[in-house]
Amino acid sequence: MITIVDYGLGNIKAFANIYKNLNIPYTIANTANELATANKIILPGVGAFDYAMLSLNRSGMREQLDELVLEKKIPVLGICVGMQMMALSSEEGTLPGLGWMNATVKKLRTNGDAGHTPLPHMGWNTVKQTKRNILFDSLEQNAKFYFLHTYYFSCNEDDTIATSIYADQFTSIINHDNVYGIQCHPEKSHQNGIALLKNFEEL
Amino acid sequence: MLYPRIIPCLLIHNKGLVKTVKFKSPKYVGDPLNAVKIFNEKEVDELMILDIDATINDVEPNYRLIAKIAAECRMPLSYGGGIKTSEQAKTILSLGVEKIALSSALIEQPTLATKIAAQVGAQSVVAVLDVRKKRFGHKYDIYTHNGKNKDTHELVKLIKQLEQNGIGELVINSIDHDGVMKGFDLELIRIAKSAVDIPVTVLGGAGSLDDIGKVIQEHKIIGVAAGSLFVFKGPYKAVLINYPSQNEKLQLINQSLPKNEQQ
Repeated sequence: MITIVDYGLGNIKAFANIYKNLNIPYTIANTANELATANKIILPGVGAFDYAMLSLNRSGMREQLDELVLEKKIPVLGICVGMQMMALSSEEGTLPGLGWMNATVKKLRTNGDAGHTPLPHMGWNTVKQTKRNILFDSLEQNAKFYFLHTYYFSCNEDDTIATSIYADQFTSIINHDNVYGIQCHPEKSHQNGIALLKNFEEL
Repeated sequence: MLYPRIIPCLLIHNKGLVKTVKFKSPKYVGDPLNAVKIFNEKEVDELMILDIDATINDVEPNYRLIAKIAAECRMPLSYGGGIKTSEQAKTILSLGVEKIALSSALIEQPTLATKIAAQVGAQSVVAVLDVRKKRFGHKYDIYTHNGKNKDTHELVKLIKQLEQNGIGELVINSIDHDGVMKGFDLELIRIAKSAVDIPVTVLGGAGSLDDIGKVIQEHKIIGVAAGSLFVFKGPYKAVLINYPSQNEKLQLINQSLPKNEQQ
């Protein structure tokens, strides 16, 4: 059973629809109780870092989520800001992150060459798999995914399982133990995104 | 490599989809949900849906319809029409929309962008500017309310101000070229693109994939949107939803890029 965390941010319905079409059971958690029985967690996110942290902290699900991820080692997939929240902090805000990963969130650099790398980084970009991972089953190397972000997840190379290039190369997918994160939006990346979300369910 | 975005733009009028010419004579082209399903199959890069009634009639966005459309979309969706407050913006994002597009509300109150971006993030705030070329010279006027009300802001000044206030994307729409299908206003695109360092999407005038190619060739990273091109086929404008295949798209992009950057 996939549990999608609904703390008021992110595209809950898009994930729900994809799992529905795949005939994979899912549930949407709005409370700590609803979250408690999760054995796979999706942590979506669209928005500013502080606002996302504030919303999650106020949702009443934060402690349960920490326990599931850190103690019970339930697999969790953070999406976009949902992934960024797993870091210690972000240059976008002042609130501390969840601190599940030894990482910080930094602003992407632009080349400043007449709008050739404008920010946010918006659109379809290739994702280069740098490590083998079950998340990538049936995905081609350099598959295209949809990105929409200005900040990126800065972590050590061991935790990086895929990278992408804009003005610079940056980490686009991460994995450390039971913690997974993806900077792009699999819920809006057609077949590639659907394949990745299916793989997460099959972990 | 980041690819340029090729985006169908659909207009909602009386709950149906329409296509206009120079913002006038809306022609019915079908049902929004049906169109989204077809664009899913065609794996479009993004979709832009603008409700052209909401602001004019001074009504709330049609949340039920937006929710239905968003649930169907397997690609990123921007929605515009009738959004005036950050509450409305948040509601729409919570329905499963990636980006909210504002026009008259931002032009009347450019600081609104800052307020909305602080909550939903700049990446989801899109400004749509409808512009018409002045009768003389090379200047442009900004219009709101479907081209009815002329605004007094100077175009480049307003664009820069909106960027500073925190919008994440600028959509520049040529009223003169809307539905004419004879190519984009390349001069207007140059003016808009050189004014800002955020993603720019251009709309108004695409009549062929070559028209899109020309814009990509000159600007590389850009969003190119079209209405008529993706809903009509043939000289008599028969309604037929269409979009380049992945191969056609790659060819189009490669033709527009220098050899060493081709994929």
